Amino acid sequence: MISPIASDIVVRVQDVSVLYRVPRERIGTFKEYAIRRLQRRITHEEFWALREVNLDVRSSEVFGIIGRNGAGKSTLLKVIARVLRPTRGRVVVFGNVAPLLEFGAGFHPELSGRENVMLNGVLLGFTEKEMHKKFDRIVEFAELGDFIDAPLRTYSSGMVARLGFAIATDVKPDVLIVDEVLAVGDESFQRKGQARMQEFREQGATILLVTHNMTMVQTMCQRAVWLDHGKVQVVGDAKEVAEQYHQASG
Amino acid sequence: MIHVPVYDSARRPPATFDELAQIFKYRDLVKQLVRRDIVTRYKRSFLGITWTMLNPLGMMVVMTIAFSQAFGATRAYPAYLLSGLIAWNFFGQTTVYAMRQLVWGGGLLHRIYLPKTVFAVAAVGTHLVNLLLCLLPLLVVMFVTGITPQWTILFLPISIVWLIAFTLGVGLLLSRVAVYFPDVAEMYEIVLTAWMYLTPIMYPEEIIPQAWRWALFDLNPMYHLIKLFRLPLYYNIMPTLSEIVPALGIALGTLIVGWYIFARSADDFAYRI
Repeated sequence: MISPIASDIVVRVQDVSVLYRVPRERIGTFKEYAIRRLQRRITHEEFWALREVNLDVRSSEVFGIIGRNGAGKSTLLKVIARVLRPTRGRVVVFGNVAPLLEFGAGFHPELSGRENVMLNGVLLGFTEKEMHKKFDRIVEFAELGDFIDAPLRTYSSGMVARLGFAIATDVKPDVLIVDEVLAVGDESFQRKGQARMQEFREQGATILLVTHNMTMVQTMCQRAVWLDHGKVQVVGDAKEVAEQYHQASG
Repeated sequence: MIHVPVYDSARRPPATFDELAQIFKYRDLVKQLVRRDIVTRYKRSFLGITWTMLNPLGMMVVMTIAFSQAFGATRAYPAYLLSGLIAWNFFGQTTVYAMRQLVWGGGLLHRIYLPKTVFAVAAVGTHLVNLLLCLLPLLVVMFVTGITPQWTILFLPISIVWLIAFTLGVGLLLSRVAVYFPDVAEMYEIVLTAWMYLTPIMYPEEIIPQAWRWALFDLNPMYHLIKLFRLPLYYNIMPTLSEIVPALGIALGTLIVGWYIFARSADDFAYRI
């Protein structure tokens, strides 16, 4: 039976395992598949990206996820963001999860900035009505001015990044997912982005942060988890987890 | 405050119904994708949306010239041809597009949750707009070749709904396969061409010998659907139950099977694409 979950918990990850089945050789065509199927030569590499992970993320905390490359950090984010369904275990999320997209994913170069705002907004699960309300604020934050009606192909990459960030973060989500791999525009805009994250924190949003930067973990996060080969190594106070990780990886 | 989860991976209605609920929730996305397709296709062209109508008209002119000797006896041949062509194009183009879009959307499916059927449903939407636009030149061609539309035309929306159901079903089945084997898209286009020639679109059905009709007509779903499309328009005849029911059975059956198979494996797509 499902046990009741305390009301200050926003994300519960319970015994979650994720199995990737990767064909040993990439089979790209149906013809190849049919031939190999007949020869019974299809073998799969099985790879557990997460193994029996248990985590609770509390309301209004900044929760860090650290570990080496391939430790399962991104997979954990995907399971929480509903992109991947866990092979085993259970994920429960209380609130809306907003991933900070790689900016520009889903943009169309021939459409104007205005049209792209609507398209990107509905991709993120908002309704058109909601996007109409947000529109002016988004354009203002992205600092696009009159460019908003020009086709996106005429934008600089910085402008595209700003627009993407502005759409994704216009309204405080319950849970914001930030993957460090994303590089956001130039330095001044990065500061602006960090300021907005700070703002969300003050408004009580929960933030899941993947990063390799231990200073960032120690200054921004309250708690953190260290993943290694898909398993939880340590979970707890961010400073201590970061310290242990730092020592272990020498 | 009631502590109710927004998402719980362990509690979910069956995939078939969940997908249905999600696509309804994401209906604005369908609208935006249709809009994007229509706007971007013609944004940089001078004639814009008129191309949608000129394209089948051009094909009709070429084929009429090519086949006037052979099928000249068919009453109002250009209207016969165009009516079949419009319905066929809707089916062919939608199914190909649905496949392509799902593979295109793969990049997004890695990053955010989307109902996976959204691409096939949007493909239907885009091509439905094209189909409706093409009815205009068809009516003109009918007038010119001496066919006056009758009240039977009121049945046409039902013919179109049947056609949509079948097309969406096939589109979903193909997309499901194309996720695993992208080359299915190439293979399908060859099949599509052969299928078109085996369906009475540019030739009258009478030229097929009686002995072959069971295979080419009875077993060919598109034969029934195109017939249902032509009857109220080109023939000015109200379809009878013996035409409506088999077509409905094929269309609805394909849609249900397609939706079920697609939705059941939709969770797996993010792992695959």
